[in-house]
Amino acid sequence: MSTPASFANWKLFWKRWGIGLSIAAIVLAAILYFYFRSPRVTEAVLASTLRQSVPLVLGALCGLLGERAAVINIGIEGQMLMAAYVGFMVNVRTGNLLFAVLMGVLTGAVLGALLAFMSVTLKIDQIIGGTVINILAIGLTGYFYQVGLSAQGKLNPIPLGPLAKIPLIGPVLFDNPPITYASIILVFVVHYVLFHTPWGLRTRAVGEHPRAADTLGINVYLVRYVNVIVGGALAGLAGAYLSLEAVGSFERSMTNGRGFVALAVMIFGKWTPFGAWGAALLFGFATAMQTQLQFAGKLHIPHQFIGMLPYLLTIVVLAGFVGRARPPAADGIPYEKEG
Amino acid sequence: MSDETLALEVRNIVKRFPGVLANDHVSFTLRKGEVHALLGENGAGKTTLMNIIYGLYHPDEGEIYINGQKVTIDSPHDAIRLGIGMVHQHFMLVPVFTVAENLVLGAEPTKGWTLDLKAAREAVIRLSEQYGLEVDPDAVVEDLPVGVQQRVEILKALYRDAKVLVLDEPTAVLTPQEVEELFEIMRQLKERGVSIIFITHKLKEVLAIADRITVMRRGRVVGTTVPSEVDEQALATMMVGREVVLQVDKSPAKPGDVALSVRDLEVEDERGLLAVDGVSFEVREGEILGVAGVQGNGQTELVEAITGLREIRGGKVILGGHEAPDRNPRYLIEHGMAHIPEDRQKHGLVLSYPIADNLVLCTYYKPPFARGLQRNEAAIEENAKRLVKEYDVRTPSIFTPARSLSGGNQQKVIVAREFSRPVKLLVANQPTRGLDVGSIEYIHKRIVEMRDQGAAVLLVSAELDEIMSLADRIAVMYRGKIVATVDADKVTRSQLGLLMAGSPAEEVLGKEAVPA
Amino acid sequence: MAEQQHNQTQKGAIRRFLQSIAVPLGAVALALLIGAIIIELSGASAWKAYVALAKGAFGSAEGWRRTLEKTTPLIFSGLAVAFAFKAGLFNIGAQGQLLFGAITAAWVGFAVHGLPPGVHAAVALIAGTIAGGLFGAIPGALKTYTGAHEVITTIMLNYIAMGFTDYLANGPLKDRSPGNIIARTPEILPSAKLPTWGWLPFGFILAIIAAVFAWWVLQRTTLGFEIRTVGQNPHAARYSGMKVARTVILTMVISAAFAGIGGAVETQGVVGRYEPGFNANLGFDGITVALLGKTNPFGVIPAAMLLGAMRAGSNVMQFDAHVAQEITDVVQALMLFFVAADMIVRWLLRIRAEEGEKITLSTGWGSQ
Repeated sequence: MSTPASFANWKLFWKRWGIGLSIAAIVLAAILYFYFRSPRVTEAVLASTLRQSVPLVLGALCGLLGERAAVINIGIEGQMLMAAYVGFMVNVRTGNLLFAVLMGVLTGAVLGALLAFMSVTLKIDQIIGGTVINILAIGLTGYFYQVGLSAQGKLNPIPLGPLAKIPLIGPVLFDNPPITYASIILVFVVHYVLFHTPWGLRTRAVGEHPRAADTLGINVYLVRYVNVIVGGALAGLAGAYLSLEAVGSFERSMTNGRGFVALAVMIFGKWTPFGAWGAALLFGFATAMQTQLQFAGKLHIPHQFIGMLPYLLTIVVLAGFVGRARPPAADGIPYEKEG
Repeated sequence: MSDETLALEVRNIVKRFPGVLANDHVSFTLRKGEVHALLGENGAGKTTLMNIIYGLYHPDEGEIYINGQKVTIDSPHDAIRLGIGMVHQHFMLVPVFTVAENLVLGAEPTKGWTLDLKAAREAVIRLSEQYGLEVDPDAVVEDLPVGVQQRVEILKALYRDAKVLVLDEPTAVLTPQEVEELFEIMRQLKERGVSIIFITHKLKEVLAIADRITVMRRGRVVGTTVPSEVDEQALATMMVGREVVLQVDKSPAKPGDVALSVRDLEVEDERGLLAVDGVSFEVREGEILGVAGVQGNGQTELVEAITGLREIRGGKVILGGHEAPDRNPRYLIEHGMAHIPEDRQKHGLVLSYPIADNLVLCTYYKPPFARGLQRNEAAIEENAKRLVKEYDVRTPSIFTPARSLSGGNQQKVIVAREFSRPVKLLVANQPTRGLDVGSIEYIHKRIVEMRDQGAAVLLVSAELDEIMSLADRIAVMYRGKIVATVDADKVTRSQLGLLMAGSPAEEVLGKEAVPA
Repeated sequence: MAEQQHNQTQKGAIRRFLQSIAVPLGAVALALLIGAIIIELSGASAWKAYVALAKGAFGSAEGWRRTLEKTTPLIFSGLAVAFAFKAGLFNIGAQGQLLFGAITAAWVGFAVHGLPPGVHAAVALIAGTIAGGLFGAIPGALKTYTGAHEVITTIMLNYIAMGFTDYLANGPLKDRSPGNIIARTPEILPSAKLPTWGWLPFGFILAIIAAVFAWWVLQRTTLGFEIRTVGQNPHAARYSGMKVARTVILTMVISAAFAGIGGAVETQGVVGRYEPGFNANLGFDGITVALLGKTNPFGVIPAAMLLGAMRAGSNVMQFDAHVAQEITDVVQALMLFFVAADMIVRWLLRIRAEEGEKITLSTGWGSQ
């Protein structure tokens, strides 16, 4: 049975991108509708969406870098928390925001190195390794936390000139603090590295068939270490974002489960950077809507239920999508060189 | 002969693993432009030696020389640099990558920082034409047939300028026709100055293609010879160390009622493609039906569907006249099905459990092994002691974890367990894969005994010799369909080979062929 | 297999036992050592701190009572995690399951009138157990039918449970007695309370019984055999006819039931009502206890006592030696690290690796 080539191609294209495009189209239509109804609220919701999505997209990038090399990282929460704390404390002591952010990033990277050590060298079960990092973070930040410290300054929005003046998209997209911009740029960077460089090819090979990579002279352990450490740095950036850009201070357990939601974002985004970005925006939107609904008081649902929204959404995403998406084949399995 | 003509030489290689001396002062030479076969049964040490040459293992003692120069090979990186290429028994290809991506992995062409896939594709095309190995550079590897995947593996080695090519059991997954094609490729490579080491345990192939043959047994080199000076029987004796019976002693079958009936069966594989495409056959009590075919033509899915491990998309499986209500393995087991699985470590055993627990894996919930919820340890031990003795399982105790046993003994545990229940239908899938000759003989004997006691036996095997020696009737499976069903004594090996490769039954067997 | 022990020499058995506790002991020792270093670095005396800790935990009947009270929920939570581990499942949801157990027991405790003391307490306990167990069926079912990994779903459900119980304590079940503004339930009736005899809370006895029950199920019953087989090799479990889906859900329910009764015991034996702010982090504590106890139901008891003692003694430590309570969190985290990274401890102590059942939790996200 012969099918014209163009029809077959169109079918393939739709199968891959159909759902995403449909959702995007619906969302776009809804945004335009609401904008014309009440511009201010729409702007606020969209801006909030972007803000909420930053730690999620960074966390998801962290997760997917590791998982593309077949290392599961459930310690993203702990990495974010530790980095948020360290960044905050460094800022309190030195007043230097840039240095504080860098220290946050470094913290994430160090915890990433610890995770890599546990998973790759010691070959500890990766779920346990990630949990250890979470518990360490909660314990250490709880112990060293002092009430009443205040940060010196906060990372402020940087408007990008004329672009910031465009109605609707201007204030939302082009008038943001630095880490927010960085997170968007990083989506593109990670995509490029993963899919258009030899390093990315080797990473993906290590994640799918590490033994094949090994027989071609690729150092599986090194690839895993680097990916997990770089991922950790991204999680660290997310933590720094929380305490230095979003909130401007530190609270115990301020990450509030975002590290785990980031994993759902990663899975929903099919372990790709752009997919993660889209999923993060969706989750961010759900959270933004939740805040809006609480303010508006229109619905008579107790606030605790509205607060559950991101968590419910995570479960729904996991239940609906994890079976359909294909993680890297060697995900979660420590690599053993023989002999 | 001066050293220069030796492409590769190893001297006195020793390699120890915990509890096993895998290579015991092994010395071996490879002349330029020759095909040298390394023959031995499973566990003889052949793959270990090759992994040492390829840098995946490090030898405890011994030296390696390439073109007369002593070298150290610490990793595949070194081996590749020295011109050694290896095609592994289980392919080292990333299934989701394209042919071009697999080809250049680790040695990628770049434009600045960017991966230059265009150059990779061109390399594939160039090499294809140069060596006559047709491959589509953009094809995704997991969609390719096994024979083509093997070509990609060979191209990978040639891309890295391999002058010594090691082929580890390359014919395990090929039809007899594809084996011929492979031999032709090997002859062409020889002419271009590539020296080839060909690892196998198949006697016929060795005699067909090798220039020299080295036989290994239990980690030692037993001897080196040439095809003109030996025959299959002599080689088998060298491999095993004693006279080997190559044929099983078997009286004619006395078929009774139909025990298993499969009708228009359709089964999907992991990716949703139809692996079993309308298969029908019957197995009667007291006969062995052998399903022949190269791996990957749907046999795995067929067996999984029959034994309740996989969903059926269409058709029926009828056991003893009744269709199973919910295709649960427990129902099938309770109605007389025994299953020797293809992957003993994945399905057949819990490696961390003691042998005693493995022996009651299917019956642990029934008296005498349990009273209601409570397990009866004494009965379990009693059962284990009896079975270990009866089936001659070599183990320090019945509490030893299954993972400590050798492959042959693990398989014996599975056989002991399955045969210790009343069996109406035995499904044996690759029952002797990876086993030493002694275990193979034992298991073949037991399967024939089971048949003689009145059980129906469905034997699925990629080893044509096994099918031909055990089966009463043979069904050939190709691309998910049964293409022919014949009496074992009315068909020749080469006819089966043609059928396995897809030649139409009418052509091969004439009009008397029993259609699928 | 008990027979094995008898067949081989007594000495061999003792040696094997010592070998098996060497790693947890080593982990504890290392963690305490590093904790001591941290204390010293922050200017206090580690020796004084640890002595104060021990004094607070064991130095008086009052201390013992506090220790056992803190130990009890840790035993239940540790059992929950350990039990699920045996099937290869990681139940981090003990927190949420315990909350449901606690609030259900509180509700039965104050809302149901007219039952005699023993019966009322038992009914409340059972209600709490069932509530916890049913809540645990959710991640079990999600994992079985959709493949959603229980690590994430249980953590998400923890947050959801916190929200839900918070709503209940602020709304329908709120204590409306005059003068009360805190979000909490009314006090339970005396007939639902669990007694404490001097230093021995009844709840602790229940916890020990639960541990014995867990061991019996896992090692002596056909259900336990199924659970362990699913944990060791789900493919072989299916092959041999076991119903894997049913086993996974049942395991999660039983595991969550342990957490549920833990919550009920806490309500009925210690607090007397349901109050938010209840034992945060119990989920992670349960993991530490389970791993320190090598996922053995009997090992969970000493591990829980160790952590319970640290918690109970930490106020005294803060008071006497001026060391912040949270150091116990740090030490606990270090213990978890070392017991998980048992290779480090083995290398330091030169212990050989063991044979036997190892559990793998992570083989990717997909449905098996």
